[in-house]
Amino acid sequence: MKFTLSWLKDHLQTDATITEIVERMTMIGLEVEDVEDASAKFAQFSVARIVSAAKHPNADKLQVCQVETKDGVKEIVCGAPNARAGLVTVYAPIGAYIPGSGITLVEKPVRGVVSNGMLCSGAELELDTDADGIMELDASLAVGTPLAEALNLADPVIDFEVTPNRPDWLGVQGIARDLAAAGVGKPTTKPIMPISGRYKSPVNVTIETPQACAMFTGRYIRGVKNGPSPAWLQQRLRAIGLRPRSALVDITNYIAFDRGRPLHVYDAAKLKGDIHARMGREGENFKALDGNVYEVTPAMCVIADDARVLGLGGVIGGEETGCSESTTDVLLECAYFDPVLIHETGRATGIVSDAQYRFARGVDPGFVVPGAELATRMILDLCGGEPSELVVVGETPAQPKPVLFDPDRVRALAGIDVKPTRARAILKDLGFESSPEGQSSKKLIVEPPSWRRDVEGPADLVEEIARIEGFDKMPANEPSRAKGYRAPPASVGESRIRVGRRAAASLGYLEAVTWSFCPRAHAQAFGGGAERLMVANPISAELDCMRPSALPNLLVAAQKNANRGFGDARLFEAGPVYLDDTDAGQQRTIAAIWHARPPRHWRATVLPDIFDAKRDCLAVLEAIGAPVASLQNAPDIAAHWRPGKAGALRLGNKTLAVFGEIHPRVLTALDVEGPAFAFEIFVDAIPAPRAKPTRAKPPLEKLDQMPLSRDFAFIVDDGVTAADLVRAAFGADKTLIADVGLFDVYRGERMPAGKKSLAIEVTLQPREKTLTDAEIEAVSAKIVSAVMKATGGTLRN
Amino acid sequence: MDALTNDLDALERTLAARIAAAGDEAALEAVRVEALGKQGAISGLMKSLGTMSPDQRKEVGPKLNGLKDRVSEAIIARKATLAEAALEAQLKAEAVDVTLPPVKPRIGTLHPVSQVMEELAAIFGEMGFALEEGPDIETDFNNFTALNFPPKHPAREMHDTFFLNATDETGARKVLRTHTSPVQVRTMLKQKPPIRMICAGRTFRKDSDATHTPMFHQIEGLVIDETTSMADLKGTLIAVFKAFFEVDEVEVRFRPHHFPFTEPSAEMDVRCDRSGGQIKIGTGDDWLEILGSGMVHPNVLRNCGIDPEKYQGYAFGMGVDRLAMLKYGMPDLRPFFDGDTRWLKHYGFSPFLLPGLAQGVG
Repeated sequence: MKFTLSWLKDHLQTDATITEIVERMTMIGLEVEDVEDASAKFAQFSVARIVSAAKHPNADKLQVCQVETKDGVKEIVCGAPNARAGLVTVYAPIGAYIPGSGITLVEKPVRGVVSNGMLCSGAELELDTDADGIMELDASLAVGTPLAEALNLADPVIDFEVTPNRPDWLGVQGIARDLAAAGVGKPTTKPIMPISGRYKSPVNVTIETPQACAMFTGRYIRGVKNGPSPAWLQQRLRAIGLRPRSALVDITNYIAFDRGRPLHVYDAAKLKGDIHARMGREGENFKALDGNVYEVTPAMCVIADDARVLGLGGVIGGEETGCSESTTDVLLECAYFDPVLIHETGRATGIVSDAQYRFARGVDPGFVVPGAELATRMILDLCGGEPSELVVVGETPAQPKPVLFDPDRVRALAGIDVKPTRARAILKDLGFESSPEGQSSKKLIVEPPSWRRDVEGPADLVEEIARIEGFDKMPANEPSRAKGYRAPPASVGESRIRVGRRAAASLGYLEAVTWSFCPRAHAQAFGGGAERLMVANPISAELDCMRPSALPNLLVAAQKNANRGFGDARLFEAGPVYLDDTDAGQQRTIAAIWHARPPRHWRATVLPDIFDAKRDCLAVLEAIGAPVASLQNAPDIAAHWRPGKAGALRLGNKTLAVFGEIHPRVLTALDVEGPAFAFEIFVDAIPAPRAKPTRAKPPLEKLDQMPLSRDFAFIVDDGVTAADLVRAAFGADKTLIADVGLFDVYRGERMPAGKKSLAIEVTLQPREKTLTDAEIEAVSAKIVSAVMKATGGTLRN
Repeated sequence: MDALTNDLDALERTLAARIAAAGDEAALEAVRVEALGKQGAISGLMKSLGTMSPDQRKEVGPKLNGLKDRVSEAIIARKATLAEAALEAQLKAEAVDVTLPPVKPRIGTLHPVSQVMEELAAIFGEMGFALEEGPDIETDFNNFTALNFPPKHPAREMHDTFFLNATDETGARKVLRTHTSPVQVRTMLKQKPPIRMICAGRTFRKDSDATHTPMFHQIEGLVIDETTSMADLKGTLIAVFKAFFEVDEVEVRFRPHHFPFTEPSAEMDVRCDRSGGQIKIGTGDDWLEILGSGMVHPNVLRNCGIDPEKYQGYAFGMGVDRLAMLKYGMPDLRPFFDGDTRWLKHYGFSPFLLPGLAQGVG
C-alpha cells in the first residue's frame, strides 16, 4: 500500500518528520518497505537560469555558461547542445552527487576553464532517459527553487506491507488513525455530510443473494461533466502508481485508497432497466474494463441490469457500462460483498483489482452509506450534476461482537505494564468503545469498531494496547531452565541421523541437501512415482514428485559436478524419503553415492567396486548402532541396481540397508555417466537400543587362553554365497568360534566348471583351558560338516 | 716349548687376519670351522693335550684355552659387525623417495543446514527444550485450520502452498507443510502442558527466485504453561542468539506483525552492523529481521484441546538457511541445494567438531 505524506496530512495533523512517521509506523505494525523521498534524493539540485552561453575557447563542442543559481552567478562549462541563454534548467553545485553517473562533482578545469558546478540532464538525475541535453524546465520557475518542488515531486511516497488482518490500513484514513493513537498527531478527517437527493432514482436496485451482497447503495446523478480530474487528484494517483483516467473513475480510485472503500460508477445511459445483485448463471459472460471477456459461474456474484451481466460485483466492472468523456448521467454503486466469495472469485478469474483486494480482505461494513455520500460529494464538487435520493437496499452486516476484557491481560500476555486508564485511552483512539462490566469488576466491555472485524477476543485487545504502548516496553525475563536431569531431547532416529552423517562425512562423503522432490521418471526408476505422491501444482516438471530415495538427486548432482570438471564426487544426504503419503511413509535415510572416477596413482590401486560401497555402508551402520554382526546379507534385486551387483543387509524381515552399483539403464535415464556406486541406510528400520536400567557396561571378558586359528577351503557351487558359508561355519560351535574370515575366492582351471573354492580362517577362542589336539580336531570336523551340510560343498585338499 | 708358543702365536695371528678378512657370514663360518670345528686347528691342538705330560699340559692348556676363547670372541664380534653392515646395506637399498604422494585421505563435510540445526538444538536442548518431529506431508488441518487460518482466507494464499494429489479423510488435498508449525499442533494434541519444545526441518513453498527456494528449513519453538509471556520469549531469544552468534551482547526489538496463529504477534529484529559489506550481529546502527513470534492464539490452543482460559505461551519460528547465511557468510541461498562439491567443501563443517555449549557451538 502506497500513500504520500501530504495525503496522510489530510487525515492527520502532525509536525513529525517523514523519518519519525516511518519509524513509528514500523513500530506499531505497519512495516514500511520503501520511502521514495525526492526531496531528499534531489536536495542538492535546484532551478537555475542560463544568462549567457559562449563557445569554449579550447573545445568545439563545449560552451562556457554564466548561470544564475541559488549560489549567485556561476561560470559553468556545459557540453549540452541545448544550453543557451535564457534556458531554465537544473543546477548541481560542487560537491553534489550525480545519481545517473555515480560521480561527485569536484572543482576542476575542463579544457582549461574551471566549471563551478554542473547543469544536468534527465538521465543524470535518473528522472528519464534523456541524455541528449540538459533539462528544460518551466521558464516561470524561480531560480533556487528546489528541484523536487519544481517538478512537483516534493511529496514523499511511503510503501508499506498491509497484513491481511488489517484491511482498514488499505485506506489512508486508517493509517492516520493508528498513527494518531500512537501519538504522532491528531486525527483531522473531515466528517461526511449526508446529501439530500432532489429526486427519486430512476434506477432501482434489488439484492437477490444477500449472503453474497449484503448491502447495496446507489445514487443517480444526472448532468455530470466527466473530463480530466483536477491536477491535485491526478498528482496523488500518479504518486502511488495509478494512471489518472477521468474525473469519475479517478474519484472511485481516490476513495478506494483514501478510505479503503471501493466504488463503481455506471454510465446510466447504457443501463437497461434496474440493477440486480445476484449470482451468475451458466453461459453468461461480459467484457470487463481490462478488455477481457469473462465467463461467469453460479459461484460468482454479478451486478446485472434487466438485460445482461454488467460486471463482477466487487471485482471488476464492465466495459460497456463504464464512464467516458461523453457520460452525463451516472449511477454510483457503494456495496458490501462477502469477503470469501470475492476471494474465491478473484482466484477463479485471476483478477486482482484494487477493489477485489479490498473486498476480499473485508471493507468496513459500517462505511457503505458514508462511502456513497462521500463519493457523491466529490462527484458533485468535481463534475457537477444533480443527485437523486440514496437508494439503500439490504442490511448493514453485523457489527463485531463486544469483548469482555481484563486489562491485566496485557501484562499477563505481553509482559507490559499498562494502567487501565491508559489501556482504555488507547482503545478509544483506535475506535474501540469501552465501559466497565460492572461496579465491582475491573473488567471492561469493549466494543470493536465496524472496521475491526479481526478483533475477536482479549488477546486481540492485548495486541492493540501493547503495540500502541510499544513493544519496546516489554522486559526481557531471564530464561527459565528445566530443573534436574532431562533425557536427551532428540529421538533415537534423529540422534542416529546426527551420528550417521558424521560417520559418512568421516569416510569422505560430502553432505548435500537436495530437494524432497524429483522428476516423476526418476522416482519411478527408484521404485516410487505413485500418483498420490505427485505434487498437484509443481514449480516445474523437474520437481513434480516426492522422492522415494535421495539417490537420483545425488546422482544428478554428481554428474553436474563432473560436467563442471569436478568428477569423482562422493555425496551423501541424511534426509527423508516418501514411500507413501502417510506419516509412517516418510522415512529417514542416509543415502550415499560415489561417482567413482578416482585419480590415477603411482601405487597400484584396486578399482572401485561395490565392496567400497558395502564397506562404507557397514561402517555407517556400525556407527549408528545397528547390530552389524547379526545382519543377514543377500543379493538385492531392486530395479535400479545393476543385476548381480547389489546387496541388502537385513535383520529378520526388515531391510536395514542396501548397497550396490546403479543399473546402467537407470544412469542413462538420469543422464548420468557410469559407473556409480551407492548405498542407502533405512535408519528407522534399525531396532532401537534396548532400554537398560543403568548405563554401566558388562565387565570386560579377557580370557587367559591364546586364540588359535585354522584354515579351511571348500569347493562349492558357484551359486553358494560367502555369507551362507561363513554363517554355517560360525554356527558349528557357538562357544569356541570367535571369528570366521573369508580370505580367498578361487575360480579357474583347477576348479570344475560351475564350482569355486572359498577359503576361510576360523579363529577359536578357548574358554577355560587350552584345547587339546583332539578337541581342535573335533571342532574342525564340526566346522567341515556344518559347511558341507549347508552349502553342499566339499573340503578342498 | 718356545717353539709351540711361537706356533700358537702364529696361528692366532693368521686366524685373526682371516677373521678380519671374512667379508660375509659364509667366509666367517669357514674360518670358524677351520679353527674351532671338529677337525679344526685349535680343536686338533686341544686333542693333543691328552698326549702331553701333566707339566706340559699345565703350561700349554691355559694358553690353548686362551687362544680358543679369543678366536671365538673375535668370530662373534666379526659376526656382529658383518650383520650390522648387512642391515645397513639392506636399509640403504630399500630407501624410497619420501616425497612421493600418498593416496589422499578423503574427509567429507557436514552441510551448513545440519550444522546450524545441531547448534540450535544444542542451545535449546541445554535450556530444556525437547526436540519434536513431524512429517513433511501434512493435512490441511494441521498446516492451516488448527493454526487459525480460516478456510478460504487470504492469509493461506500468502503461503504459496504445494498440494499433493493425495487427499486426507476429509477429502482435502494433503499439503507439503509450509512451515514447521504443524509440529506444534501435533505436540499439543498428544501432550498436556507444560510444553517446552522445538522442532526443525524441511518446509516448502511454491516460490523460486534469488532469495527463495521451493524447499527451505525452519526451526521453531513452543512453550505452553500457565504464566509464560512475551517477556519470557524475549529473554529466551536474547540468550539463544547470544549463544548462537557467539557474542556477548544481543539487542533485539519486537515489531508488531500479524500471524494467524499468534496474538499478539511480533517480528523480531536484532541489532546489527552492515558497514563493510558483511553483517555483524550484536552492535551497530541497523536492524535485521530474524524471526516471527507471538503468544499462541487462543483459537490454536482450543483447536489442540488446550484450555486457553488456563494455559498460555509463546511460539516462534525462523529460517535455518538464513541463519546459516548470517552466521557463516554464504551470500546466496540457491547453492545450498545444488550439491556442488566446491561449495560443500568450502562452506561445510568438519565431522569431528560437535556443536555444543561446552566446546563452542560453531
